[in-house]
Amino acid sequence: MGKSLSSPGQRNLIMYTITILPGHDRNGDPEPFEALHLRPGDTIAIVGPTGSGKSAFINDIEVFAQGDTVTGRQILVDGAPPPERFVRDPSCKPVALITQTTKCLADLTVQEFLSMHLRARKIEEGDRIAETINLANQFTGEPIRSGTRISSLSGGQTRSLLIADAVVISHAPIILLDEIENAGIFRDRVITCLKESGTTVIFVTHDPLVSLLSDRRIVMGNGSVRAVLEPDGAEASILRQVTEMDNYLSSLRERLRSGEILSEQVAAI
Amino acid sequence: MKLIIVAGPPSAGKTAVIRQILRNLPKRSAAYLKIDVIYATEDEEIAAEFGIPAKKLISGDLCPDHAGIMVTADALGWAEEEGAEYLIIESAGLCLRCTPYTTQSLGIAVISAISGTHSPYKMAPMIALADIAVVTRVDLVSQAEKEVFREGIRDVAPDVEIIETNAIVGTGMRYLMQMIEGLEEIVEESAITLRGNPPLGVCTVCIGKKEIGWNHHFGVIRRLDDVENLFRGE
Ligand SMILES: Nc1nc2c(ncn2[C@@H]2O[C@H](COP(=O)(O)OP(=O)(O)OP(=O)(O)O)[C@@H](O)[C@H]2O)c(=O)[nH]1
Ligand SMILES: Nc1ncnc2c1ncn2[C@@H]1O[C@H](COP(=O)(O)OP(=O)(O)O)[C@@H](O)[C@H]1O
Ligand SMILES: [Mg+2]
Ligand SMILES: [Mg+2]
Ligand SMILES: [Zn+2]
Repeated sequence: MGKSLSSPGQRNLIMYTITILPGHDRNGDPEPFEALHLRPGDTIAIVGPTGSGKSAFINDIEVFAQGDTVTGRQILVDGAPPPERFVRDPSCKPVALITQTTKCLADLTVQEFLSMHLRARKIEEGDRIAETINLANQFTGEPIRSGTRISSLSGGQTRSLLIADAVVISHAPIILLDEIENAGIFRDRVITCLKESGTTVIFVTHDPLVSLLSDRRIVMGNGSVRAVLEPDGAEASILRQVTEMDNYLSSLRERLRSGEILSEQVAAI
Repeated sequence: MKLIIVAGPPSAGKTAVIRQILRNLPKRSAAYLKIDVIYATEDEEIAAEFGIPAKKLISGDLCPDHAGIMVTADALGWAEEEGAEYLIIESAGLCLRCTPYTTQSLGIAVISAISGTHSPYKMAPMIALADIAVVTRVDLVSQAEKEVFREGIRDVAPDVEIIETNAIVGTGMRYLMQMIEGLEEIVEESAITLRGNPPLGVCTVCIGKKEIGWNHHFGVIRRLDDVENLFRGE
């Protein structure tokens, strides 16, 4: 099952195609699609109002729902129900879910935590720990050090570390990110890194930049998939503008953090 | 009659797991007994929610597992009279030393994923003598942390089945239900015994002597400098 693809760092990422079969909305009416296929390297945004079923959608993928969740959806891996070990053994599971509320409670240092995770995965340490921390530090502006205690990391640092861990140690070919944009991480760098490594990423997001950077958008409403949009380049011009605006806001954020007064005159938009 | 014994530290999610089991079993096929030390309301909640016979036993001064083993035979008789096919016992499992699991039953240890990296080591006998370790609250921890926690369980119990769940919504329950489907009927009630070795003897503390210091006691005593543990699980 799955094909192998060489990714940065000479490691093999096993690739899978995930298929989502429709369930029903909150009233029990069937969802209006036949099957949704997520291919290796796809970047997908899930959008919709609060309570529309976005988290339920990615939770279905995380638990490989077999019609046994509130939504009634079924998840297939390479066209068939997933083998039991995918669901039951976290070290065989090809999916990593990171949410706003995912906690890292371990009373350990970053170094110790990553080392325990490597041991659980039966992976030689090598320089994996340093590699994970370096990658995490590309995602966050507040550097993480190996001796820092996990429990004292900020929200942004925790999420950056968990994403880096999912890439470098878990090798998760599918990463699900539930509304992590407020955590203070460099979203564009996360997307670029995950795209380069061939990871399939699904973002639940309210963020225009993240939505526009994704290949497809799934629109949710009343617990059901409402539409699957594939802009296919049509939004390129808006994306350029939003990227510029985002860079502009980042630069303002940096200047404010360093204690500047922003006194230049700007034209009204 | 089929016997399911659920143990785990306070607030681990035992009742939440049992609710999921009851949701998946045929309607009104089970009877429920809760054993706790001082206080419990689960019997009333479960009876109201599922319409099944439910009882509680407050063990008071006795270790709850000690109390449990005293009443299990009676409880099987009661469940039989009530026409139940399953008897589910929820034990408080407070001292983490005793294990309530018996032969001819399914033993389920419930442990919360947020109870700390070292908690499986602290509850080694409770996990090692169970058939299944159900890890609750996996909805609150990262993938990496789940794996690290699982490693701890594997260390103390290499062969125990591990099932991870968000017990509130019931994820992962299909595997637990598969194991319950495979559970065999009690063949000979009088042959049921505890799986583990109970704690050593009855001691002078158990019978109410309060003085501190080993020289005030007899039976099984221990000095601070005595190196080895007296007990180590199985
Ligand atoms: N988020 C989350 N909460 C859970 C989970 N399992 C249980 N809880 C909650 O944790 C609390 C305690 O759960 P119980 O099932 O009552 O725990 P218990 O082991 O029966 O507790 P005692 O019988 O009082 O020792 C409840 O509020 C549950 O709703 C879980 O998997 N995820
Ligand atoms: N198809 C559905 N049928 C029934 N309930 C649903 C469905 N989809 C979602 N829900 C429930 O609706 C609530 C809100 O959904 P959630 O996924 O948390 O929304 P969002 O993440 O978009 O804010 C949750 O309690 C969820 O279990
Ligand atoms: Mg949500
Ligand atoms: Mg309880
Ligand atoms: Zn005891």
